Amino acid sequence: MSLLNVKNVSKAFRTYSSEWKRFANWFGLSAKPNEENWVLRHINFDIQPGEAIGIIGQNGAGKSTLLKIITGTLQPSEGAIQVNGRVAAILELGMGFNPELTGRQNVFHAAGLMGFSAEQIHQAMSDIEAFAEVGKYFDEPVRTYSSGMQMRVAFAVATAYRPEILIVDEALSVGDAYFQHKSFNRIREFQEQGTTLLIVSHDRSAIQSLCDRAILLEKGKVIKDGNPEEIFDFYNAIIAEKENSTVEVTKLEGGKTKTASGTGEAKVEEIVVYNSKGEIAETVGVGEQIELQFVVRVYEDIKSLVLGCGIKDRLGQMMFGTNTFHTKQLLHHPKSDDLFIFTVSFAANLGVGSYSVHVSLVEEQSHIEKNFQWLDRAAMFSVINLDKYKFVGTAWNEMNFKIEKK
Amino acid sequence: MFNMFKSLWLYRYFVLSSIRNELVSRFARSKLGGLWMIIQPLSQVLIYALILSNILAAKLPGIDNKYAYAIYLMAGLLAWNLFSEIISRSLTLFIEQGNIMKKMSFPRITLPTIVVGSCGLNNILLFISMMGIFLLLGHQFSFVTFWLIPLTFIVIMLALGIGLILGIMNVFIRDIGQAIPIILQIWFWFTPIVYPESIIPESYRHLLALNPMYHITNAYHQVLVYNQMPDINGLISVFFIACVLVLVSLFLFRRASAEMVDVL
Repeated sequence: MSLLNVKNVSKAFRTYSSEWKRFANWFGLSAKPNEENWVLRHINFDIQPGEAIGIIGQNGAGKSTLLKIITGTLQPSEGAIQVNGRVAAILELGMGFNPELTGRQNVFHAAGLMGFSAEQIHQAMSDIEAFAEVGKYFDEPVRTYSSGMQMRVAFAVATAYRPEILIVDEALSVGDAYFQHKSFNRIREFQEQGTTLLIVSHDRSAIQSLCDRAILLEKGKVIKDGNPEEIFDFYNAIIAEKENSTVEVTKLEGGKTKTASGTGEAKVEEIVVYNSKGEIAETVGVGEQIELQFVVRVYEDIKSLVLGCGIKDRLGQMMFGTNTFHTKQLLHHPKSDDLFIFTVSFAANLGVGSYSVHVSLVEEQSHIEKNFQWLDRAAMFSVINLDKYKFVGTAWNEMNFKIEKK
Repeated sequence: MFNMFKSLWLYRYFVLSSIRNELVSRFARSKLGGLWMIIQPLSQVLIYALILSNILAAKLPGIDNKYAYAIYLMAGLLAWNLFSEIISRSLTLFIEQGNIMKKMSFPRITLPTIVVGSCGLNNILLFISMMGIFLLLGHQFSFVTFWLIPLTFIVIMLALGIGLILGIMNVFIRDIGQAIPIILQIWFWFTPIVYPESIIPESYRHLLALNPMYHITNAYHQVLVYNQMPDINGLISVFFIACVLVLVSLFLFRRASAEMVDVL
């Protein structure tokens, strides 16, 4: 017998031209909604006891809606869900805690909200207290807690009773490293005792280490259901494909762009990122040969023109960069209305993540002398790992190990 | 319907601890604590009494206590406070609890139950303190006072029915939440609480019968001020209206529960 059976579940959020029509619907009159937004469509899957399943998908794919339907807070518009057992969710920890009440009183209240009786709560209380490890604060008002302490107590209550299905959403980062280990341990213990885990995360390693199955949601549909490794590869490929098909060329109007400054004698009009196949791309693979193309228009006769460009990571750290002065390609005496196309190619030897392109137009070797235009975050692209082994860091560098036994 | 009550029973500890927590947290860190609950309505009585007693005292027939007006006021306010508190709490109930309704799965019926419980508790405390004051003012009581038990029950039913219907609609049409406090204010002045009904011109007085709260405050006055049996005829129709409203509200509640979370 399956533990959770999701049968042809669809969910629509309906908007009506007038809310009175919605009310009329409750009284059996059928008023047509103005707009139906289907966030889930014909979802089918079955979960057996003891499985651990990762739910993967881009933002807006319908993951949270699906979890809410499984938890029971949202009702499906079509189809049915059959749950044989108790579902517990670690979604938003510490929600509904009353700051004026003590930790103990809040635990009592929260466990009551989960549907436990006074005796059951009293029995579990000492375990909860021990697991939370907040010491004498357990009998102090929650407003005196640090946010980490509040999370500990909340996690302790949420997992005080072993559920048949445990839903873990994204942040498994409860408190400090020590407590994270402890909470992770508890989740594993539950799993060993037969609890089914449903984990939502973008973190490949977390899903691969805990789950033996993954479900990929895309635009409200299950598009793949299988082993996590395979699903993640497929997911990355989709992202690359999908993002690239929708990317537009970054047009820069006048000087009205991101973080722009400069005197404006020359301006970058267009920036395009091309992948190794020569397609316009927003996502590229690690190590892929890519090209950036800048269209530059000159507005006034100037002495010389230098284009500088660099790649920054999401923290704003410059990964690498240079300019055409240093590469000895300085343009002499460009005239007004001249149009130049600068193309720079390099290998995206970068770690997985999102990167921005910085570009500047100057007269000489640096912007100190004369700065025509300065653009930060002029274009964005992400790097994903499509074909390399797993590595860490912000730079890709193939490492060849040689192991000899002596 | 039966399932609703069954799940309510399963969650009884949650309901009780919620009512207690509400009480505790409301007065946490205030020196006078629970006394504030009594000070607030009493100051209201004091204000009306000071301002209006000279004008109105002479017109309160059939009672010779010189504090008659204050007693009359308190009796009416005891009923009105319960009524308006339940309505205003129910009105914003689902919006305030929206976050928890979206994240946790629990029987929604517990929410209005908590409101009724905590408003009822407030009303009992207010009643006890009023009794104390009545005795100080030299007012006598009889067994008729026990009529307050069914009366309170009718007020709760009426207020819950109205409040729940409006509270559900308020989730979808937020104007309701703004309009109702104004309407309650007007309703208050159209009910003989601050003034005796005798000051209303004879030709309009029959319209009072259309106001269900008139029958209720009238019964409170009869019981608490005059030590008389309340007028049953008016109360029966109010009770009937209240029952219908509660049934409609529970029906609406069942129908709307799913969609409420969608728009919260």
